[in-house]
Amino acid sequence: MSTEQERDPQDRQIRCLVAKVGLDGHDRGAHVISRAFRDAGFEVIYSGLHRSPDEVVQAAVQEDVDVLGISILSGAHNTLVPKIMDGLREYGALEDTLVLVGGIVPDDDKATLKDEGVAEIFGPGASMSEMIEYVRANAPDR
Amino acid sequence: MTGGERDAASAPAETGESAEQTEIDRLVEGVLAGEHRALARTITKIENRAPGYRDLVAALHPHTGDADVVGITGSPGAGKSTLVDKLAKAYRDQGLTVGVIAIDPASPYTGGAVLGDRIRMASNVGDMDVFFRSMSARGTLGGLSTATTDAVTALDAFGKDKVLVETVGAGQNEVDIVRTADTVVVLVPPGSGDDVQMLKAGILEIADLLVVNKADLEGADRTVQELREMLHMGSNTSTGGHHGAGGSAGHHGPSTNVAGSNGERASEAGTRDGDEAEPADWEPRIVETVANTGEGVADLLTALDDHRAYLVESGELDRQARDRYAAAVRTLLREDVHELLAEEIERRGGLDAAVDRIVARETDPYTVADEVIAPVADCVRERHDEE
Repeated sequence: MSTEQERDPQDRQIRCLVAKVGLDGHDRGAHVISRAFRDAGFEVIYSGLHRSPDEVVQAAVQEDVDVLGISILSGAHNTLVPKIMDGLREYGALEDTLVLVGGIVPDDDKATLKDEGVAEIFGPGASMSEMIEYVRANAPDR
Repeated sequence: MTGGERDAASAPAETGESAEQTEIDRLVEGVLAGEHRALARTITKIENRAPGYRDLVAALHPHTGDADVVGITGSPGAGKSTLVDKLAKAYRDQGLTVGVIAIDPASPYTGGAVLGDRIRMASNVGDMDVFFRSMSARGTLGGLSTATTDAVTALDAFGKDKVLVETVGAGQNEVDIVRTADTVVVLVPPGSGDDVQMLKAGILEIADLLVVNKADLEGADRTVQELREMLHMGSNTSTGGHHGAGGSAGHHGPSTNVAGSNGERASEAGTRDGDEAEPADWEPRIVETVANTGEGVADLLTALDDHRAYLVESGELDRQARDRYAAAVRTLLREDVHELLAEEIERRGGLDAAVDRIVARETDPYTVADEVIAPVADCVRERHDEE
């Protein structure tokens, strides 16, 4: 690890943005996930509370994250998530960013979000190891 | 545009070179055209030491040299991120574009990190002309300053007017990082007697500006006083003080601020003495700020501008740049030789095997090192003789 050689792309560091979007102050989940991702060896950028879709897009683009985890417990996912997806598309970042949603999402909405380009939705009961494995397996090849 | 001949020296990945080269060209083009995505990906490549990153930085280098780089350091919780946010906002109000690199520590065990500096960038949300990038220290000790320098190169080539580099100040590593900056700002929270002790040991020496942030808190006056005294101590030990031009210890030397010695608030002194002083030597200034309300930020801006003017007028800016490039070349050479030797060790059956033999008393560390370096040394000397 301490050598400065050019690294094997397979071995690269996974970068994640954990984002809270909209009027939703429930950040315990986002904190727990940030911590778990950190302990899994990922680099986690935490957005802070009450971010607008534009801010989330700005952060995701500038930080060039592999994974964008959106935490929504307010029920506004159908409004906010598509806005984020549009923003990512605008900057050409959609195709190589793995977008995950965590929170309370009714089954009917899951399909809609996946159509929008969300890779997976994790609800109550999802385990940390399950999510970490999912990210490791699906982080985009660059 | 890129120097293809560099590959002869490094050349670790021959496969897919043309595709790689195309991507590098595309990124360089994108960065110079002002595409955020290209800049972000460029910094990622730099951070990851991804194949081709050297060519990328090399291609960007001719387009650099215009950005003012300010390094900001201080202990955790000193208010660096908040102050950076306010500075960025102030520069944006002047119509300047800003790049920020915020470095946070990484876990030495897992390599993971939570990079939280972005949360403080409240004044600049939605403003894409503030390009904020979090970096983790990733345990790559010497290499972090290289990655930071290269990331600054990318932001500079992108056309940013001001680049702010923010890092936790905890020792040599951080000192190396802030040395990538033209101007070094050290934040000191009030009532931090112990921290001040720590600063004595190293970071104080590199400060061009000392900022006592959270100046509204109790103990701030005392901290200012202590810093001022400490700066005096420095001036007593260096020859000549502020009168003697011969006492020039260079920009990062222990020369000190005597301007604030008459007991007036240093922040006021800073603004007032700006044009009158014309020092042959920069004397670190003390500025008081309250970052979360923005108080004192104007004073800090003035002090930063004054320091910039000093750098330009004294020719120090060019000297610093030369020093930096010399250091960069040395670092790269060290890394490259290290890499070369790692290959040679691998070819000889790996370090573990060598250690086994050392443990078994069949050989010793010196002999192993000699054996590994011998072919390299031979090679160099042969070429030397040929010339």
